[in-house]
Amino acid sequence: METLITQYSETIRHAAETATPLCVRGSGSKDFYGGEAVGAAFDVSGHKGILTYEPSELVLTARGGTPLEEIEALLAQNGQMLAFEPPHFGPGATLGGCVATGLSGPRRAYSGAVRDFVLGVRMIDGRGDDLRFGGQVMKNVAGYDVSRLMAGSLGTLGVLLEVSLKVLPRPAEELTLRLEMDARHAIDTMNRWAGLPLPLSATAYHDGVLTLRLSGAESAVAAAHVKLGGETVANGPAFWHGLREQTTAFFRPDAPLWRLSLPSATPPLEVSGRQLIEWGGALRWLSTDQKPDAVRDTASRAGGHATLFRANNGARREVFQPLAPAVLALHQRLKNAFDPHGIFNPGKLFTES
Amino acid sequence: MPHPELLSRLRTFLPEEAILHQREDVKPYESDGLTAYRQTPMLVVIPQTEDQVRNILKLCHELGVPVVARGSGTGLSGGALPLADGILLSLARFQQIISIDPLARTARVQPGVRNLAISQAAAPHGLYYAPDPSSQIACSIGGNVAENSGGVHCLKYGLTVHNILRIRALTIEGEILEIGSEALDSPGYDLLALLTGSEGMLAVITEITVKLLPKPERAQVVLAAFDDIEKAGAAVGNIIAAGIIPAGLEMMDRLAIAAAEAYVHAGYPLDAEAILLCELDGTNEEVSEEIMKVRAILQSSGATELRTAQDEAQRLKFWAGRKAAFPAVGRISPDYYCMDGTIPRRQLPYVLTRIRELSLEYGLAVANVFHAGDGNLHPLILYDANQPGQLEKTEAFGAKILALCVEVGGTITGEHGVGVEKLGGMCVQFGSKELDLLHAVKAAFDEQGLLNPGKAVPTLHRCAELGAMHVHHGELKFPELPRF
Repeated sequence: METLITQYSETIRHAAETATPLCVRGSGSKDFYGGEAVGAAFDVSGHKGILTYEPSELVLTARGGTPLEEIEALLAQNGQMLAFEPPHFGPGATLGGCVATGLSGPRRAYSGAVRDFVLGVRMIDGRGDDLRFGGQVMKNVAGYDVSRLMAGSLGTLGVLLEVSLKVLPRPAEELTLRLEMDARHAIDTMNRWAGLPLPLSATAYHDGVLTLRLSGAESAVAAAHVKLGGETVANGPAFWHGLREQTTAFFRPDAPLWRLSLPSATPPLEVSGRQLIEWGGALRWLSTDQKPDAVRDTASRAGGHATLFRANNGARREVFQPLAPAVLALHQRLKNAFDPHGIFNPGKLFTES
Repeated sequence: MPHPELLSRLRTFLPEEAILHQREDVKPYESDGLTAYRQTPMLVVIPQTEDQVRNILKLCHELGVPVVARGSGTGLSGGALPLADGILLSLARFQQIISIDPLARTARVQPGVRNLAISQAAAPHGLYYAPDPSSQIACSIGGNVAENSGGVHCLKYGLTVHNILRIRALTIEGEILEIGSEALDSPGYDLLALLTGSEGMLAVITEITVKLLPKPERAQVVLAAFDDIEKAGAAVGNIIAAGIIPAGLEMMDRLAIAAAEAYVHAGYPLDAEAILLCELDGTNEEVSEEIMKVRAILQSSGATELRTAQDEAQRLKFWAGRKAAFPAVGRISPDYYCMDGTIPRRQLPYVLTRIRELSLEYGLAVANVFHAGDGNLHPLILYDANQPGQLEKTEAFGAKILALCVEVGGTITGEHGVGVEKLGGMCVQFGSKELDLLHAVKAAFDEQGLLNPGKAVPTLHRCAELGAMHVHHGELKFPELPRF
């Protein structure tokens, strides 16, 4: 694997010298996400394998190209999990891609996002240098938190060679419940219940039904069920899996799919299109043919932002909410610090010049 | 002697009482919580509005004057140590809790608000702010963000970075940055993560939105005594391997137990080599179920004694000893030096053995207090600053402990920050290329290096001078630097 790293460094140095953009890519399961790909395909999925895993330390370190499936299977054997429930969106989804896209699943509002679990990285920057930041311990404040910065950076800062993650025990018991109510009432309920000591681990609302998941000690889940009421959903895991992987009917590609990240108590959005709410109200999926500006405007008026998540064959320009000028300038300077020749995934996350 | 133009221009937008420049007025600001380092600042400014902060920063940028921001000044690494030719920017007057939103479970606060004050203000809604550094009655939330502060409940509830949503900050050029939002994520890079723990080097925070959590229905603590510190360490691993994440999991060694017991009479067993305090919180049912499991694990891990707090008063008593461990050690020794390394937990027996050996070698006693759940070790080296050479010896001993933490795969600082104190340790932990990149990150925010210069990230020359270099992976660090 060290040979592979040397090869990657050489590819990057050569690209830097010739000012050739590289499109950094793992399995390609999330190719649809972010700005249009530019540059020569740079496949880094070959750098794979789990390096260290000690269940009692709650830490796993693996190479960037390691399939998420492999990591999740090993964790499951040891009664543990990736608590941010990363969506795969394809069979070979890699750890590197998971961290680079920074996408988290149904448990996010209750356990945290990818960035909350990243402890350390080994990466190659735009000079071809092999660097390490963070570590394999849970508390570490030495140096700026470069490893968390990598989460969601869409490969624009460097190639992730290794990632160390905090992992958590799987809950002893999980139960999925459904309650019928309107959207306004559902948003209020999700927020109120999140403010009570209840073992909530996921919530979703669509089409008059609030679905929620309780996770924890058996007795705690049973007691919360009694408190909250609701009807038990027979195949709870399948429901949450469908939501995480966007395989349920709601996600049928009949219009562009927007992801609106909003303050959780934002009232139901008065917009045309189909909506599905997750994360206790903080995530709103919107399938709509509305103009991008109108969707972004809706999001920013509510204090959040909108992402054109799946363009469904439409144009993928300005996928993300534009950054304020001072913040954009900072992004450009940071990008330059990591990738002075601007070779990694140009334009994938923001306008670089 | 204050810069003459600086003073006269500050007076154009700051009231007289917001500027301290007489020696006797600035002297009290000479150190933060790490009093071994002292430096009188050129002048101290205590603004009250964001606009004033903005004008101060713009002026310093224009005149090339360095700025050190400070909240309550309780930090333990000298991160808010003033500079002789710089301004100390106190944010102590930014004390307002702007709003609390009980439904969304957030609080918008100014940076000078005390950590504990947030939880107190949120309490009527059944909510609290989770990170609880030991200085929480005094430390400010702005300082917590700058240091990414932890506390005894980190394993379950995370650090500051996991518990804030948004900050508003000013660059040295006086640009306003809105970072994060009241939503769970933001477009672009995760600048919220980058700024958290950046030790005042990148921007000055003027407002913070924190997350509030529901107060657990119940908390319960078990105290376990061990006749062997290795058994106590193994017990920690066994609890976590059983799928339990305690709210707090703390360990103390014999010397720390003795000091704490003499000070607060918590009822700790004095014949134990180590004690563990394991706190479980959650719903009533959950705690009842887990407490039985934890007791069984501790028993089978070889605990010589087990006590479950019978009521809230006893729970607080169990904690009182741990929480008073630092001052308790302060009573048995003229001075102590607190270390803050983090290690992979499985390395605990080896690290403790090495610390014992080093303790004999240096002739300085060590009391160990340990956030056992997350591997954050606080060895307290006992010394007497009045004895010539003891501080230097202590620092050398401390540096060895930090190098040991790095050697076993850990870090030189878990929660106290690098500040000025651990600059040498940074040279051990990072290579020159990593340090170069950290400097480049700093320059992306602050090209002239005016915000808290000289802290957190050492220059390559300093690393070379300290000689604190490791031959890592067979490569020599800083090959570009001359050696004499």
